[in-house]
Amino acid sequence: MKPHTLSILVENKAGVLSRVTGLFSRRGFNIESLAVGPCEEPGMSRITIVVIGDDAKVEQVMKQLNKLIDVIKVSDLTENERVERELALIKVTAEQGTSRAEIMQIATIFRASIVDVSPKSLVLQVIGETDKIDALEKLLRQYGVKEFVRTGTIGILRGSKIVSAQK
Amino acid sequence: MKTGAKILVESLLREGTEIIFGYPGGVVLPIYDELYDSPLRHLLVRHEQAAAHAADGYARASGRVGVCLATSGPGACNLVTGIATSYMDSTPVIAITGQVPTNLLGNDAFQESDITGITLPITKHNYLVKSAGEVSRVVQEAFYIAGTGRPGPVLIDIPKDVSTGLAAEVKLPEKVVLRGYNPTYKGHKRQIEKALELLGHAERPLIYAGGGIISSNASPELIEFATLASIPVTTTLMGIGCIPCHHPLNLGMLGMHGTEYANFAVTECDLMIAIGARFDDRVTGKIDTFAPHAKIIHIDIDPAEIGKNKRVDVPIVGDVKAVLKDLLALMKKQDAHEIWVKKIKHWKQHHPLKCPSTDGLHPQFVVRTLSDLVKDKAVIVSEVGQNQMWTAQHFCFHNPRTWITSGGLGTMGFGFPAAIGAHFARPDVPTFVVAGDGSIQMNIQEMGTVAANNIPVKIVILNNMYLGMVRQWQELFFDHRYSYTEMPPVDFVKIGQAYGIEGMRVDSPEDVLPAFQASLDCDGPFVMDFRIEREENVFPMVPAGAAINEMIGGHPR
Repeated sequence: MKPHTLSILVENKAGVLSRVTGLFSRRGFNIESLAVGPCEEPGMSRITIVVIGDDAKVEQVMKQLNKLIDVIKVSDLTENERVERELALIKVTAEQGTSRAEIMQIATIFRASIVDVSPKSLVLQVIGETDKIDALEKLLRQYGVKEFVRTGTIGILRGSKIVSAQK
Repeated sequence: MKTGAKILVESLLREGTEIIFGYPGGVVLPIYDELYDSPLRHLLVRHEQAAAHAADGYARASGRVGVCLATSGPGACNLVTGIATSYMDSTPVIAITGQVPTNLLGNDAFQESDITGITLPITKHNYLVKSAGEVSRVVQEAFYIAGTGRPGPVLIDIPKDVSTGLAAEVKLPEKVVLRGYNPTYKGHKRQIEKALELLGHAERPLIYAGGGIISSNASPELIEFATLASIPVTTTLMGIGCIPCHHPLNLGMLGMHGTEYANFAVTECDLMIAIGARFDDRVTGKIDTFAPHAKIIHIDIDPAEIGKNKRVDVPIVGDVKAVLKDLLALMKKQDAHEIWVKKIKHWKQHHPLKCPSTDGLHPQFVVRTLSDLVKDKAVIVSEVGQNQMWTAQHFCFHNPRTWITSGGLGTMGFGFPAAIGAHFARPDVPTFVVAGDGSIQMNIQEMGTVAANNIPVKIVILNNMYLGMVRQWQELFFDHRYSYTEMPPVDFVKIGQAYGIEGMRVDSPEDVLPAFQASLDCDGPFVMDFRIEREENVFPMVPAGAAINEMIGGHPR
């Protein structure tokens, strides 16, 4: 059982997302993360889904996804060299004093930026792989994480290979 | 400019639809008004579920796309069981539902239900049409999707204001192109060669033929392939009819209620060629002990079926008819597998299906009598349960599309309405539905439909006053505790009479043949109430979860 990052190219039509996610829930998969947006092809969207499952089960779900009329292409990025990123916004309790300085130091180490400052809190924006974001959130917990918002993983293949509608 | 309803009816006619099965209601009034003076025939059923099953039965018997129509909300929801039945057995059906006007969508309006949401997991695809201008394109796409690749049901949901809305003529493409839907028809050449290599080395090959042979109309190619290469054939419940029952290489059905010799052959074969079949649990029994000594070749149009339940050695994705043609073209002279064929012949002689010879009216005898009488000149539809298994086992089917049954979903109530649909596909031969007293009562209201339209469906009720298959399991596995499976006696002949249908009650073996003859002499529907032995069981039987060769109720080996 390992995480698989699936990149799914779909028709940009109403109801596509529920067709896709419905397939996962019906087969007992819990979706770890989900990100959707338009892509390079007009009229299409790209859905990136991270699921944890054994290879055979993931292969079966990919085949089932391929059967959906509105799904144009499915690929498992996990089989290839890839770049994966996620963005998170973290609102941390930061009263005046030492903790505020410490939080800003941690932010520097993680190359996170402070995107909002108020007398009692800071909002950090961090970009990275899931592990990095998890690590930052864990470190910040001692100061009080008031809210933690993440986009879900997106991924792209390294080199000139692409996941496209063309075979 | 035309209304969406007019465009809909014209589109159905353009796709070659000759009949639709339906039930009117509020939001489909504009469509029904269009049907009023249209050449498109409409059959009014008595329950929407029957419309879905009738469309399915029509599709199975004809090989064409069946169409049903219902109103929004309860009407649409009543189609659900029928749509799911089609989905599980991969039959091409278009379900058209009315919907509340687009401005009320999502408002919990009167008779609103999210039918596209509800049918998402049980349709090959579905549409919510948003404007009259889309109707013709959606209908064209829906027929294309339903009838090509691995067939399946497609639902089209049409809001009332789309039916009444106006649109100009849309120029449709000659051929539908969908970038997300490109079924593979031609098998990969290298894989086909690999399959033939395996066949060349096999001593005990076996073909496991499923419903895919029927839907691909590949029966002639299958028979030619099996005969030329001397490979015995066992069929699934859905595959029955793809090879004539009396063909020397035919082993009948395999699996839970399969023949002993088919299940022995599965267990002993060294090469299994699965064609248009999906290794369903009712076929395989305990999956690890299914075909334990065999290399497996799996031919199927749906890549998702390959390796789903059983690891295979040579997968071939493609239309089974095209792949069989390629196999035949590349096949060299084949071994006659004499020892193997002889062994199977021996099993067939010593382990035949049993037909009890004790006193009383036995269902196996009823089915065999019908089979001997009508031979290859009938379409036989079954309900679900013991009636289905006795018919699958004891009726001798000669041709594809003459045996119609709900396999995957096992839908009680399917048979009678499906028989109505089948009649319109094959008006040239009589249609019989073999039912139990339980299943006939699930859609018995359709007696109204057959009576009103004088549809000559012959209703064979194997009446044991039990939900027989469940009772059988209670007898065998729940210590005879018949929990809620006894049905009080019903006089089905009288029910038929109330609808104006002729009928006959049969209590003894001598009256079986005369009853069938009377049913054929009657030019309308006919009810036969056979009072069979109450606790007759379907044997042989592989208990759930057991290995396929561990049958009960067979012959000592």
